[in-house]
Amino acid sequence: MTPFMRRFVALLRKETRQLLRDRSNLAVGLLLPVVLILLFGYGLSFDVRDAPVGILLEDRSPDARAVVAGLQGSPYIAPVWLTDMPEGVERMRLGEIRGILRVPIDFARQLSAGHAQVQLVVNGVDTNTAATIESYVSGAIGIWAQRQADRAGSAAGGVGRVVVVPRMWFNEASSSTWYLVPGLMVLVLTLIGAFLTSLLIAREWERGTLEALFVTPVRPLEMVLAKLAPYLVIGTIDLFVCLLAAHFLFEVPIRGSMLAIVVSSMLYLTVSLSLGLFISGAMRSQFLASQMALLASFMPALMLSGFIFDLRNVPVVIQIISQVLPATHFMGLLKTLFLAGDNWAMFARNCSILALYALILIAASRRSLRKRLP
Amino acid sequence: MRALVTYLVRVGFLCRKELLMLLADPQTRAMLFLPALLQSLLFGYGATYDLTNAPYAVLDLSRGAASTALLARVDGTGVFHRVATLRSASGIAGVIDRGDALLVLSIPGDFEARLAAGSAAPLQVILDGRNSTTAAAAAGYVGAIVTAYNQTLGAAPLIVVERRAWYNPNLESRWNLMPALIGALSMLQTLLLSALSVAREREQGTFDQLLVTPLTPMQILIGKALPSILVGLVQSTTIFLIIRFWFQIPMSGSVWLLYLGLFTFTGAAVGIGLSISALSVSMQQAMLYTFLTIMPLMLLSGLMSPVSNMPRVLQIVTYVNPLRFGMDLVRRVYLEGAGLREVAFDFVPMLAVAGVTLPLAAWLFRNRLA
Repeated sequence: MTPFMRRFVALLRKETRQLLRDRSNLAVGLLLPVVLILLFGYGLSFDVRDAPVGILLEDRSPDARAVVAGLQGSPYIAPVWLTDMPEGVERMRLGEIRGILRVPIDFARQLSAGHAQVQLVVNGVDTNTAATIESYVSGAIGIWAQRQADRAGSAAGGVGRVVVVPRMWFNEASSSTWYLVPGLMVLVLTLIGAFLTSLLIAREWERGTLEALFVTPVRPLEMVLAKLAPYLVIGTIDLFVCLLAAHFLFEVPIRGSMLAIVVSSMLYLTVSLSLGLFISGAMRSQFLASQMALLASFMPALMLSGFIFDLRNVPVVIQIISQVLPATHFMGLLKTLFLAGDNWAMFARNCSILALYALILIAASRRSLRKRLP
Repeated sequence: MRALVTYLVRVGFLCRKELLMLLADPQTRAMLFLPALLQSLLFGYGATYDLTNAPYAVLDLSRGAASTALLARVDGTGVFHRVATLRSASGIAGVIDRGDALLVLSIPGDFEARLAAGSAAPLQVILDGRNSTTAAAAAGYVGAIVTAYNQTLGAAPLIVVERRAWYNPNLESRWNLMPALIGALSMLQTLLLSALSVAREREQGTFDQLLVTPLTPMQILIGKALPSILVGLVQSTTIFLIIRFWFQIPMSGSVWLLYLGLFTFTGAAVGIGLSISALSVSMQQAMLYTFLTIMPLMLLSGLMSPVSNMPRVLQIVTYVNPLRFGMDLVRRVYLEGAGLREVAFDFVPMLAVAGVTLPLAAWLFRNRLA
């Protein structure tokens, strides 16, 4: 056994014992991923269900009833019948309904004249639900109107028109869960990394045990690697828990090869663990390190990595900032590997970026452990 | 009377010591007040669902006047940017796979002929579903362009749906997200701050000293809770000011009601934090338990997607989450101009959480077996 290995194994045993001794480590290492998977997988969804929409029929003619009949039985909206507008306004204010569809008193008369109008008021605070209600309501009414027009038009000779035939690739059912679950894996690996390792060095600085280590022959790099290794094992377990959940629980297709997914995930896991370690070494105080770990990991990975918000829509400055985050590179790669299949050019490019980050962060953590007192 | 003064003076001393610990160190000061500022700016620009830039590719097999006119309308929106003009269907997979284009508009060879014959001419839209929310928004936009184009052909729709959006007339997603951050961003740091406060003293051994002073557990609780609540409110105020004056999102409701809600909400968050703190033996434990708590609180709050989209069981679970109701209150007071009557219910779960966790923490200070 080389001296390097001997020292490394000794440190590794110490770190592993410290990890296993405190139950809170295992709670976060093994329980948090499961909690996150379940909450994200089931709790986060952009697919609107049963949004209550008030329907106000000021015109009670058969035509008016027929035009709103198409709204019933839809999974997206749940019709609520209103008697008058003040009732609708009151229920909107109380948050009981998300929108009001008003069929005006002269609807049938205008319809026979060929230009009818209905009014849709939506609560714009929740923009996603508002847009879904609008597109669903105008879609249903449009279909009804088209059918009416076709019936009338077949006698009079039709007018040509363009119809849109949409096809969603990679996500045929257009389910938000499909793109959220790969993103969720990125988030789990980011959080595990940052949370578990961010106190490791700071704690030793605060307790003075690091100074004791300085008088031993161990080298900074050995300390860094020994601190990373046990957590890498925990992270790997989490990785497979995520993959199993994605496949069996959420039935998200895994179209790329397992090899590519596992290799890139392990690489990213190393990056996020060494980021935590780097924060720990740079801050030297548990209080600052934990605040920093929380700030640097969760919200950026959630908001700026392309997890939910499409980076194509953000200003250039934010795009540049998002490119600095390692999570962004892993996010794009993992979504592609899951939904689109192997893309080796992208794999090579993004994995090299991640490898570069891992090297830089490990080197930086090593630097913060130089045997010199502050 | 005199007893009350002594009581308050003692609490005041503890508050002062706690505040000094937080504010004396420049690094800690920066850590508590800068992130709220930076994050609200970053996320204000970065967190948007609004489609502003949709690169697309065209496969136009018809090359007639009609398809040219339709494509000119697509280009004219300023949102769609043509990145490729394809010659055959075999090119579609490439531009979508590489992510060069969010969508491909495919126009069949008989497009012009079908339109002239007075029948329906299909415009195929192939979308990259790797982010199905953006893709659906782009599809909706194309649909609206086509509807407008059809009208020029004389195919006027029989029924016009006239849409109006209350409280957010242009349906900007930033308006939905930013007020929610007033609660969410400050909760992250405040909860961690309070969770570390007692754990730090335990780890350093000073908490035992605090216990032998004449301070009662209730006084310790108030002395520990108030500074954290104060930090939380300062953070909320920073974010609030940025939203109001930098992003200029109009505020419709009462500032007093907003702050009453924020105070209650922050109190509940600090209560959770102090309970965690009282249970932990070390800062490491306090931090990890905090993370274990914060994640569900954030995810089940309605920050990213509305609570009403969740399965029923999870919706019930959210009733113990002060962030869900704090966020609902802030959004509705800020954007809808809701009054106390409309948001009264939001106070119930927040007060309940504060009413349980704060006394629990005080009890745990003395009765936890180390």
